[in-house]
Amino acid sequence: MRMKIENGHVLDPGHIDGLRDIWILDGRIEAVTEPGTCMEKADEVLDAAGLFVTPGLIDMHVHLREPGQEYKETIESGCRAAVKGGFTAVCCMPNTRPVNDHAGITSWIVQQAEKAGLARVYPVAAITGGLGGQQLNEYADLKAAGAIALSDDGMPVVDGQTMRRAMEYAQAFDLFIISHCEDLSLVAGGVMNEGAVATRLGLGGIPNLSESLMVEREIGLAELTGSRVHIAHVSTRESVRAIRQAKARGVQVTAETAPHYFCLTEEAVGEYDTLAKMNPPLRSEADRKAIIEGLQDGTLDCIATDHAPHAPMEKEVPFDEAPNGIIGLETSLGLSLKLVHDGSISLGDLVRLMSKNPARILGMGNDLVPGAPADLTLMDIRASWTVVPASFASLSRNTPFGGWQLRGQAVGTIVGGRLVYKI
Amino acid sequence: MYFSRKDILDIASLSVEEMTHILDTAQGMKEISLRPVKKVPTLRGKTLILFFHEASTRTKTSFDIAGKRLSADVIALAKSGSSMAKGESLLDTVKTLEAMQPDVVVMRHGTSGAARFIAGHLKCGVINAGDGRHAHPTQALLDMMTIREKKGRIAGLKVAIIGDIAHSRVARSNMEGLVKMGAEVRVAGPPTMIPKGIESYGVKAFFSVDKALEGADVIIMLRMQKERMNNVLFSTEREYAREFGLSEKRVSMAHPDAVVLHPGPMNRGVEISDTVADGSRSAILDQVENGVALRMALFYLLSGGVRNADED
Repeated sequence: MRMKIENGHVLDPGHIDGLRDIWILDGRIEAVTEPGTCMEKADEVLDAAGLFVTPGLIDMHVHLREPGQEYKETIESGCRAAVKGGFTAVCCMPNTRPVNDHAGITSWIVQQAEKAGLARVYPVAAITGGLGGQQLNEYADLKAAGAIALSDDGMPVVDGQTMRRAMEYAQAFDLFIISHCEDLSLVAGGVMNEGAVATRLGLGGIPNLSESLMVEREIGLAELTGSRVHIAHVSTRESVRAIRQAKARGVQVTAETAPHYFCLTEEAVGEYDTLAKMNPPLRSEADRKAIIEGLQDGTLDCIATDHAPHAPMEKEVPFDEAPNGIIGLETSLGLSLKLVHDGSISLGDLVRLMSKNPARILGMGNDLVPGAPADLTLMDIRASWTVVPASFASLSRNTPFGGWQLRGQAVGTIVGGRLVYKI
Repeated sequence: MYFSRKDILDIASLSVEEMTHILDTAQGMKEISLRPVKKVPTLRGKTLILFFHEASTRTKTSFDIAGKRLSADVIALAKSGSSMAKGESLLDTVKTLEAMQPDVVVMRHGTSGAARFIAGHLKCGVINAGDGRHAHPTQALLDMMTIREKKGRIAGLKVAIIGDIAHSRVARSNMEGLVKMGAEVRVAGPPTMIPKGIESYGVKAFFSVDKALEGADVIIMLRMQKERMNNVLFSTEREYAREFGLSEKRVSMAHPDAVVLHPGPMNRGVEISDTVADGSRSAILDQVENGVALRMALFYLLSGGVRNADED
């Protein structure tokens, strides 16, 4: 089976940037040729005129909720949302029920994802048993079952010694830690960013320091142990500064942020809007700007969504009682393209942030070269569209971006040479 | 003026005209409580539900009496006696209550924003009787009523609010109301009890009670919540009383005619001394009396304002 994607603007930053045809044979890239180059006859031809064709987008931070909370999302529905958003691969966090802390659960997730046959799913397994922060899990087993990284996402590993040992032990199996950085003693029951808005609403505030203090610890531990560490969902200017300094002195640290941290501030909480409640919380304008600077100068390596589905009834409660998180798979590209349209970053930067860098961090190649798996995103970066949560492929609707007018979206997603989504 | 609000959720959303209208209406209601037969038929046939999700004695009693003096049917519910104790969600509980066709629901809840939350789901009027740390509009209005009564005005007065500002809904509502009415508001307490962004209220914050009291016309003391001691907000009651409590000596820093308010219940000997609480400047019992009149006014205004059941 041979497929040809013709007339598209192929963009593989630092490698290809121009009109090319892409030939795919049996799920792998066969050749990338100048337009019009004659090869064997293709069984299927996709016309990508007016579109950009990029290496597949990768979201290295999502919650697929299965097993355990299938009313919020399933692996299948989450993958459907992923490919609709232009993602060819996602990394799913282990805070399922039961927690993904055993090889049996990891391989079950892999099987379910294969059954769905949409996006690639790389499970992130738990650092400690039950996300309890105490007992290290069987990393060798988890790795063999398909775990790509380790994280107690949602729960910080409070004990410094435990995190040190986890970083050290993970090295033996070529795994790395994704750290959810939060000093719970400073969070102290807070539910939104600390500041004038929280004070006015009478809500408990979360200081920036609760994040950056833990970021500093993880950087120190990575330095001490010679491990690499990835910092999840960076939201504060202090964290950006700490990561920038650490990178400058050669610490093996990488980091992600999410679209809501560069699109929104604490003002979005408005009058107790639970769709603006997440952890870490939306921060100040100064933080939002620092996040964009971090994306511009490479301090922040990638954009991940922290896609966190919740049922409507769970968010329709007083603010204090609402669960944290919003979904992001179907809005991430459109929101990130805002940075391209307003001139903050180039389209090549965006492809690095959403595809190349996550692939590098996850230890996989995704260059558009012969022999590589044909994972591709076809995007129209200009088309204007309105975010309508009711039309999401995700089972959940919890987004603060409903009604937003965005420019640019995925119009086709190819995974392993198969067109798994077409607008 | 025509009062068109469905709910009273906080002070921030009320205009100076609306607050003045409420205070004027309350002033007129006061006389009813002094009659030998303390009841008028104004709200006959109206149903008021008092839904107190958090412990309260004086506020609940005040709303209860206010409704009854206007001849409304008043039903009081507490969390322990409601289905919420059985795990029903707040939304389901209030929707169930609404199906019983109340005219006004009064709610107290431990969560900030809870009153706004239910108001968004109810067609009937909602009065916030205190939600978390957010707002306590009826307390602020009765405080303003008391101040106006004692001082003849609010604009231009120096008002000092002393205590745990960070965790106080009374402080927030009073700051919003008094600043809007033209008072010069100072707040004071230990730095642990002064929240971030306090300047945005247009008030001046002090860590020294003496400084905040200089020349004050009105002193509003807040209740020191003893359970907060676990949150490392202060050291000991002894030190708190000495450094931040209102003693006779401290009152003398204020204007000679200063009045002292306290929303109650008081911790005598902690935030306020016996002699001050019972002294000649104390307006604490006037606050309680005005509270009934103020709540009568709000029930009246929210239930249509100009009509009574007989005219329908």
